[in-house]
Amino acid sequence: MKSDSPLFLVAQDLTLFCICVNVQSQPASLAAEDISTNSNGPKQDSLFDDDPEDLFAEATEEVSLDSPERDVLLSDGPSPAITPITPPTSVITPRIGHTHDDMFTHSSFDEIEEEEGGDSFDIHISVSDPEKVGDGMNAYMAYKVTTKTSISLFKRNEFAVKRRFSDFLGLHSKLASKYLHIGYIVPPAPEKSIVGMTKVKVGKEDQSSNEFVEKRRSALERYLMRTVKHPILLKDPDVLQFLESSELPRAVSTQALSSAGLLRMVNKAADAVNKMTIKMNESDAWFEEKQQHFENLDVQLRKLHTSVESLVCHRKELSVNTAQFAKSAAMLGNSEDHTALSRALSQLAEVEEKIDQLHQDQANADFYLFSELLGDYVRLLTAVKGVFDHRMKTWQKWQDSQMLLQKKREAEAKLQFTNKPDKLQQAKDEIKELEGKVQQGERDFEQISKTIRKEVSRFEKERVKDFKTIIIKYLESLVQTQQQLIKYWEAFLPEAKAIS
Amino acid sequence: MMQEGLDDGPDFLSEEDRGPRAVNVDLQTDAMLQVDISDALSERDKVKFTVHTKIPPAPPRPDFDASREKLQKLGEGEGSMTKEEFTKMKQELEAEYLAIFKKTVAMHEVFLCRVAAHPVLRKDLNFHVFLEYNQDLSVRGKNKKEKLEDFFKNVVKSADGVLVAGVKDVDDFFEHEKTFLLEYHNRVKDASAKSDRMIRSHKNAADDINRIASSLYTLGTQDSTDLCKFFLKVSELFEKTRKIEARIAADEDLKLADLLKYYLRESQAAKDLLYRRSRALVDYENANKALDKARAKNRDVLQAETSQQLCCHKFEKISESAKQELIDFKTRRVAAFRKNLVELAELELKHAKGNLQLLQGCLGILKGNT
Repeated sequence: MKSDSPLFLVAQDLTLFCICVNVQSQPASLAAEDISTNSNGPKQDSLFDDDPEDLFAEATEEVSLDSPERDVLLSDGPSPAITPITPPTSVITPRIGHTHDDMFTHSSFDEIEEEEGGDSFDIHISVSDPEKVGDGMNAYMAYKVTTKTSISLFKRNEFAVKRRFSDFLGLHSKLASKYLHIGYIVPPAPEKSIVGMTKVKVGKEDQSSNEFVEKRRSALERYLMRTVKHPILLKDPDVLQFLESSELPRAVSTQALSSAGLLRMVNKAADAVNKMTIKMNESDAWFEEKQQHFENLDVQLRKLHTSVESLVCHRKELSVNTAQFAKSAAMLGNSEDHTALSRALSQLAEVEEKIDQLHQDQANADFYLFSELLGDYVRLLTAVKGVFDHRMKTWQKWQDSQMLLQKKREAEAKLQFTNKPDKLQQAKDEIKELEGKVQQGERDFEQISKTIRKEVSRFEKERVKDFKTIIIKYLESLVQTQQQLIKYWEAFLPEAKAIS
Repeated sequence: MMQEGLDDGPDFLSEEDRGPRAVNVDLQTDAMLQVDISDALSERDKVKFTVHTKIPPAPPRPDFDASREKLQKLGEGEGSMTKEEFTKMKQELEAEYLAIFKKTVAMHEVFLCRVAAHPVLRKDLNFHVFLEYNQDLSVRGKNKKEKLEDFFKNVVKSADGVLVAGVKDVDDFFEHEKTFLLEYHNRVKDASAKSDRMIRSHKNAADDINRIASSLYTLGTQDSTDLCKFFLKVSELFEKTRKIEARIAADEDLKLADLLKYYLRESQAAKDLLYRRSRALVDYENANKALDKARAKNRDVLQAETSQQLCCHKFEKISESAKQELIDFKTRRVAAFRKNLVELAELELKHAKGNLQLLQGCLGILKGNT
């Protein structure tokens, strides 16, 4: 069940770690400080005591960089590393990750500016050839992921790999843990479906399981395209590895019923509670406005999505009922004893049969173009709302540090009058540390606010483009249907007139 | 013209003031009443004409129940809807009432025309009274006794029908007709049911498009990006196309579903005619047997002879008029199908072209702006 090559992953992560330390000395010193305190039992505990929320909230986001004994968890990527292990748990706070990303952020945003000007974004990913591997309950679908690109980041211009669904979930999990909490809108992965997958595993080769596989294939393709369209995510090594590497360590913690999965659920619940208790003094009206805007958009998109889903359903019904009517009309034509009328009725049956196929095709367009667009955006908005929440949490953390600093200062003042030089020194040390923390907290808050502004702008541009492109495509499908209808009825009309 | 308030629901029926219509028949009275009159007509006819005439089937009772329910819901929900939603629903409801009413009018017209065209029925006094009496006709509904009679007649008919159907006819024409009608009736029944289902799905899809148009409108008014104009344009488009989709469903209903329903009843009436003829044949054969018996016993011979002659006469007369009726049935059927199928195809074409024009027009604008 566990990964086949934990060493490989460890090596990778260690390499990552090294790059961090070398390139950025200033923030890394803080990180280094953290590392040194990590090996110090009690200090480390107090660190955690200070931020009880942090323990929960960041659980899915913290990277476990520890001695090789922790390999077992590393195979799941930067997924929760806490619960099963009792302290001392060497958990690097997100600052390391943050630092690492800062390096990317600063340089990459400049690159974005350049790219947006020149629009040299050229990458196309297709997900195809679903293939069942194995059988029984251990079976799974493998998809071919083909990338065509001229971007120099990649080793070749065209290449393909085989991936399974949990690989996609694993990728998303890694990206989410790295980027969500610092304000990047990470596209959500397609949803799991226990029912759908069970049918496939059991080997039902019927229409509904084929439809399920096609729906999933299409969703995976859209997911990857959205991910690589993001200039930061495109450059992420996990993304590159996903697209290029022929072997990928199995992402285990993505299983719905795994312990990691359960931990995620607990965290989500804790998050929800926390959100309710954070009251932020919003100094920036922009954020409040945007949050409200996304809230409204969410409500409306869900409503529209429901209506479109209903249309898909009724259009499919119409197709089935038209087919049944066609058969019935053919039978009626057979029993009609007036020859010309009999022939006309048979022709009517043929027309209706063609029309039922037309309705089926239109229902597919209704679904794959319109309905899935809306579904994708409803899910994307969850990610958007998520980054706003993370900003609140970042603010809260900063405020908590400030309050704690205040308390410590007061405590120190009191200690001045007692004869406990050791305790006084300790207090002074703690205060120095906290001052650093407060500064960092403020910087984090400013950074995430800045990132979110840019992300929202990018998101809105994408949204406008997506909706326009896809809805126009959808209208074109409607045009085609009408053109076909005209053809069919024009062919039938003389037949009807020929009845004598 | 239409009522503003919602309390006066039934006034939706005051359709006849909607404008001049070229009709052969003057429809002044309430639709409900006309159905009863046709019953009364056939009630009388059974006594007078049962032996040798096929009666045009009565037009169906118009079904406003669904619309009344919607109207009630509309009234109840008025407080919870926006003004646009309310106006929209009200318009929909009016359109539905109009469609049902048009259907009803068409069916009644057909019925009365058929009666007027029938060589025997047109002379009936009841019919003349119906057309000419310019005050309210007071038609009594069937009383309990008559209803019970009907019920038993139907039971006997079905039992008999099974017996009689088994008898093979000497006459080729009637034998063929029997086989044909049996199969045809069942297939028309199936086609009628399937066409209803198909049209129902079409209506449902049109309703969905209506809701989509509304949602897009709201999105358009809320959005702060380029998309707001885009959404509003698409919303407008869907508003128009869904009206066309609703019209398609209504036209299919009128030209296809109603046609099939009508010929379902017609073929049943034809089957009933064949049944009556078979009964007359059985009576005739029984009378023959009775005559033979009487002659053998040399008792009541004259009575048996008269009875036999009467049965023979009845049988021959019904056979003659039945043959004509069945030939007419075929002619009318072919003509009706031709007319309706041609009109159906023309309407489908008209609507598809309309839809296409709207879609292409909108696409032109949307693509031009991006």
